[in-house]
Amino acid sequence: MNTTDLIDAVKTRFPDAVTASHDFRGDATVILQRHAVLEVAQFLKDEPVLAMNLLVDLSVVDYSTFGEQASRAFFASSGVPLKPSPLIEDEAPWPGPPEGGRFAVVYHFYSTGHKHRLRLVVPVEEGVDDLDSVTTLWPVADWLEREAWDMFGVSFRGHPNLKRILMYEGFEGHPLRKDYPVNKRQPLIGPLN
Amino acid sequence: MDATTTQAGGSANLETRDMMLNIGPAHPAMHGIIRVVAKLDGEQIEAADVDIGYLHRGFEKMSENVDFNGVMPYTDRLNYVSPLINNVGYCMAVEKLIGLQVPERCHYIRVIVSEISRITDHLTCVGAAAMELGAFTVFLYMIKAREYLWELVEKVTGARLTVSYCRIGGVKADLPDEFAGPCAEAFKETRKVIAEAHSLLTRNRIFVDRMEGTGVISQEDAIAYGITGPFLRSTGSEYDVRKDCPYAVYDQIDFDVAVGSKGDNMDRYLVRMEEMEQSMRIVEAAFEQMPGGPVLVNPETGRPISASEMVDLAKLGDIDAVAGGCAVTGPTLDGAGRDEHSSIATDEKRAFLPPKEDTYGNIEGLMRQFKLVMHGHGVRPPVGEAYFPVEGANGELGFYVVSDGAGYAYRVRVRGPCFAIMTALSKLLVGGSLADMTPTFGSVNMIGGELDR
Repeated sequence: MNTTDLIDAVKTRFPDAVTASHDFRGDATVILQRHAVLEVAQFLKDEPVLAMNLLVDLSVVDYSTFGEQASRAFFASSGVPLKPSPLIEDEAPWPGPPEGGRFAVVYHFYSTGHKHRLRLVVPVEEGVDDLDSVTTLWPVADWLEREAWDMFGVSFRGHPNLKRILMYEGFEGHPLRKDYPVNKRQPLIGPLN
Repeated sequence: MDATTTQAGGSANLETRDMMLNIGPAHPAMHGIIRVVAKLDGEQIEAADVDIGYLHRGFEKMSENVDFNGVMPYTDRLNYVSPLINNVGYCMAVEKLIGLQVPERCHYIRVIVSEISRITDHLTCVGAAAMELGAFTVFLYMIKAREYLWELVEKVTGARLTVSYCRIGGVKADLPDEFAGPCAEAFKETRKVIAEAHSLLTRNRIFVDRMEGTGVISQEDAIAYGITGPFLRSTGSEYDVRKDCPYAVYDQIDFDVAVGSKGDNMDRYLVRMEEMEQSMRIVEAAFEQMPGGPVLVNPETGRPISASEMVDLAKLGDIDAVAGGCAVTGPTLDGAGRDEHSSIATDEKRAFLPPKEDTYGNIEGLMRQFKLVMHGHGVRPPVGEAYFPVEGANGELGFYVVSDGAGYAYRVRVRGPCFAIMTALSKLLVGGSLADMTPTFGSVNMIGGELDR
């Protein structure tokens, strides 16, 4: 299935839940309201024409400072923005970060049978606790969601064991958030047991 | 100590207790730093809690705070057994985001170095796994073969481990002159070692008894756990990023995908052994098909001069001696000293960090280097996001890059193949005996760098 068909398949099945879509650089992307995640994920996995059996990746992007990064050069105009090679087909520019929340939970799916990929983007606000976990469908989501919690503080409803994974227990804050300073240090606390 | 009292069968009602055994973080049977808390009933593992994160260095946070080219040395340290594949993956993700196209020769170079890295990775994995089962000789043989291949890597990149060879839009330097020759010799040695390893292991009673039927996972489970690479292929799935979502020039090269059927440790060993052979096939085919590419420096006039000599001549104002010459830098970087400079990088000068011989040899190169390296300058991709997967030695290695148009990545996410495999580790261990943990963990080929990032 090509990218437009993929997007349409999800759109026609869930017209209310899908808020936007694009295929920037050939990556089929569907932006989804958070209450529909589990339902859509189940559909992606079970629908024979989609058969997205592999949850490749689950990650989070903190869009809170998007486009506001301070210029680090002496002159604000330094650096020349790059344009795509003329050999690449002209396409619509990226529509911008998804609306509806500070964080975007990004799911990458792949179908080993049909060899197509789809990206689901789910905007969530800080402190939201009703984003459903997909651990029941893909056990790999267990650790991936733990990492999302650890790094960004995005919580997942129904996760069996939502605790820190890369950082240690007792670590304060969520290090990949944009408001966590890169040079902040914390004392390393030994294992609790 | 968790004390669950159970009744043993038989006439003598003996009391048995489950034992909690802590293995790691630093343990000789653990390749990296990882902790497994196993609950044992006799020798059988009843539950295993896998604890990771001991090698977390904040790769993703650092990538948001250096410019796009500056991320390259960090990628070396993800999977440090095959760093060139990480380089290629990151570069291609950023190129996809920018919309850059690189010359075909550059693609071929990337394929060649990736496949050499894949062999070194598999040699390390199989060698270490065999050593842990007592086959120390195989380990030594395989490390010997790896040494030949690392010499090749050293010739091409100037470094053995932390290579930083790829650049956004190209590679650091061309392959050395007549590189196919040393490659063929190294492969001859490697093939000899692989044949020796086959004769030492594949029908070895001790090895086979410990590998066969241990650490079994079904294809459905493996996919549900997000497992890719040789681990998934050992279960019978044919998913290989090089075949199914071909990148660079893999679609133009003929090779086979090694597939197992049982999904146990033995199949994973056999898949890796076969993949090494296929990788050598790919490199050999790539050498045959590789185009020369347009020549950037005229061989008639472009004499190689050592960089220090060039600087001295220029200081004295001896323009005639310098004109038309190209500086030779880095005595270890053989490709840079070639008389002919083929086009190995994109024409987009705002993205490609110039080769060192240009930086030191002419003012345009120096300015380009300056513009790309100074704070606030550098590559500024368009606003957007892109995900690019490559076939790493352990499976699908994906980079997800988000840019807000600044000179620094807004977000770089690495999808390391180890992470998914380690998710399944406790499932692989439970039900087996404690001794099975060694071969199973060996076949997982955990690499702390890409697991904990």
